[in-house]
Amino acid sequence: MTTRGAESEVAGSAESLEAPTVAAAVLVRNLRKDYGHHEALRGVDLRLDPGTFLTIFGPNGAGKTTFMKVLSTLTRPTEGIVHVGGKDVVKDAPEVRKRVGVISHNTYLYAQLTGLENLEFYAGMYRVPNGRQRALSLLKRMDLFTRMDDRVGGYSRGMQQRLSVARALLHDPELLLLDEPYTGLDQHASRVLAEVLQGLRDGTRTVIMTTHNIQEGLSGCDRVAILVEGQFVYDRRVADIDTSSFQHTYFTCVHEELPEED
Amino acid sequence: MSFFSQAWAIVRKDLVTELRGASTIVSMVLLGLLVVLVFNFGVEPGTASASLARSGVLWSAFLFSGVIAVGRSFASEKEAGCMDGLLLCPVDRGVIYLGKLIGNLILVFATGLIILLFWTAIYNVGIGGAWFGLLLLLVLATIGMSTLGTLFAAVAAGVRARDALLTVFIFPLLIPLVIGAAHMSTMLLSGKTLGEAGMWPWILVVYDVVFLAVSFMVFDFVVED
Repeated sequence: MTTRGAESEVAGSAESLEAPTVAAAVLVRNLRKDYGHHEALRGVDLRLDPGTFLTIFGPNGAGKTTFMKVLSTLTRPTEGIVHVGGKDVVKDAPEVRKRVGVISHNTYLYAQLTGLENLEFYAGMYRVPNGRQRALSLLKRMDLFTRMDDRVGGYSRGMQQRLSVARALLHDPELLLLDEPYTGLDQHASRVLAEVLQGLRDGTRTVIMTTHNIQEGLSGCDRVAILVEGQFVYDRRVADIDTSSFQHTYFTCVHEELPEED
Repeated sequence: MSFFSQAWAIVRKDLVTELRGASTIVSMVLLGLLVVLVFNFGVEPGTASASLARSGVLWSAFLFSGVIAVGRSFASEKEAGCMDGLLLCPVDRGVIYLGKLIGNLILVFATGLIILLFWTAIYNVGIGGAWFGLLLLLVLATIGMSTLGTLFAAVAAGVRARDALLTVFIFPLLIPLVIGAAHMSTMLLSGKTLGEAGMWPWILVVYDVVFLAVSFMVFDFVVED
């Protein structure tokens, strides 16, 4: 199945795949992922240059989280090639993990440990040199320094999410995966997180974010894609689209189906 | 950090988390003590049946409280998605297994020791010269319980009915361990030595070694999504 309104735009995506001028930060070819009889991803292709900020939109069950799990090595692809920084996510999984940081609606934080203890623990797991100094520096950056000795269970949801950003940045990853990072945040916490995420854009770090929120998703990204039923049906540079009508484009992609091809 | 220091970081994290929450160890100790206490009312002190039953009571209490510890070890990682956080780290899966295993060994052994002491007091057991043998038995049983329990707790962690699933898997496999431990403790308390226990000590050693090796080999597949 494909989508009527997005057909030509998908062709644009294919075109971008044929222009490998620099080494890809992320390269995905014909990625398929099945859970039993359910096809979560059905032949996904993607090429991202270093420094790109890609936002992926899609309805529930479209395969966004599965796609992020494959990129982060949490789940193996059923078929296809997936490279992060030139390393295969299956054959070189430990190398890929060194290059990837993940922020999701799950914080991956231990409620009984303090903010500093959480970061020191993960710094040890990532073998970060001078882990304590790195943790302290990130706590300052995330404006959590004064609360670093408090248990995370006592943090607000927004504070936990900022600490989660610090956790993901401990090892200075080349690729940052943001899987619906705004879930469960109030407006203020969302705005603070958006500012933190914008601060991460340094032109070298590649970012992929999935979200349902069109306004937050379009803010600051330079490429946008829509995933529907395990396939990218839309993939464009933000500079090439009219962001004010993107909501209409999104609903067209999600709800309008082309007749079956002969 | 080396393989072992990373594993130790997981142990330290688990123990700090447990001591601050204290939910698991309190449940373990209370259940173990209750089993010992309740069974005490079922047998008449000083009779031959009491002498035979007391070893079974000790190891049943150990079994029930141990299952709580191993069951919680991965369930706690599921909160806030911490298991995924661990799996995202560029560490050998063996590091995660070893860290979890050592944490369980410490918890299960400490609780087993408390149960053992309580059991000697309630049943008025004169350990005498058998204390070394009983301690060795506790070590062997702790290794077997923790090794197997850590692996199956990882299997069950992702399942909704994990507690039921864990007990269904683990109890039948722990039967040889419990029977062996009960048999040997009865012998030790009747004045015999471990050397006179025939194959039983070796069965427990082989049990521990086999499940330890198998667990290390299959853990990677167990935590794979």
